[in-house]
Amino acid sequence: MPRMTTEEIYTKLEPIVATYLPEDIPISEIDPDSDLTGELNINSAHLVDIVLDVEDEFNVEFANEDMETLRTMNDAVAIIQKKI
Amino acid sequence: MNQDQILTKLPYTKPFLFVDELISISENTVEGKYTFTEDSYFYQGHFENNPVTPGVILVECMAQIGVVCLGIYLLGEATEIAETEPKIALSSHQMDFYKPVFPNETVTVISEKEYFRFHKLKCSVKMLNETGALVAKGSICGMLKV
Repeated sequence: MPRMTTEEIYTKLEPIVATYLPEDIPISEIDPDSDLTGELNINSAHLVDIVLDVEDEFNVEFANEDMETLRTMNDAVAIIQKKI
Repeated sequence: MNQDQILTKLPYTKPFLFVDELISISENTVEGKYTFTEDSYFYQGHFENNPVTPGVILVECMAQIGVVCLGIYLLGEATEIAETEPKIALSSHQMDFYKPVFPNETVTVISEKEYFRFHKLKCSVKMLNETGALVAKGSICGMLKV
């Protein structure tokens, strides 16, 4: 399979994150620099759900260290890119 | 970590401790019991002149046995620092109820781990009454870390 571009990864990631947005955050609030818990108001349990969904979608596995560096959408894209 | 050690690590006390004993515990499953004594505070108001154990209390009992006890066990197995107090929070639950629980009934909670990753423990949990009939069944998630 050809390597996915960051744009392609982002496009697949956005709907996963959107599933866990609280009702008061519109999907339009998601941008590459969005802090997932700080700005998008995703709780720590849903952050785990996002990672588990990402693992299924991209067929990758996150390590504890990855979780520690995961703050923004771009962080997620970078971690995924490194692993696929 | 044995069953008594787990019970002493539970961060609850009366009137909000809903674990009497653990029957068995392992990497993937836990079983425990609790008796809802008739002097429990919530029977004074739920319901007036008609004491029935509140559903939220049943969920709490299922979470304490099914998620917190199992989580403490798993944390204890995974780390050497079993001396510290774990930080815990309920993150979500989905529960269906089938039978009421009246004062002085003893219930059995059986929980199976679905996953424990990045501090999130998800379990499918059921509660049975003394006749073995299903009282409640669902899933409970909690965040646990030392």
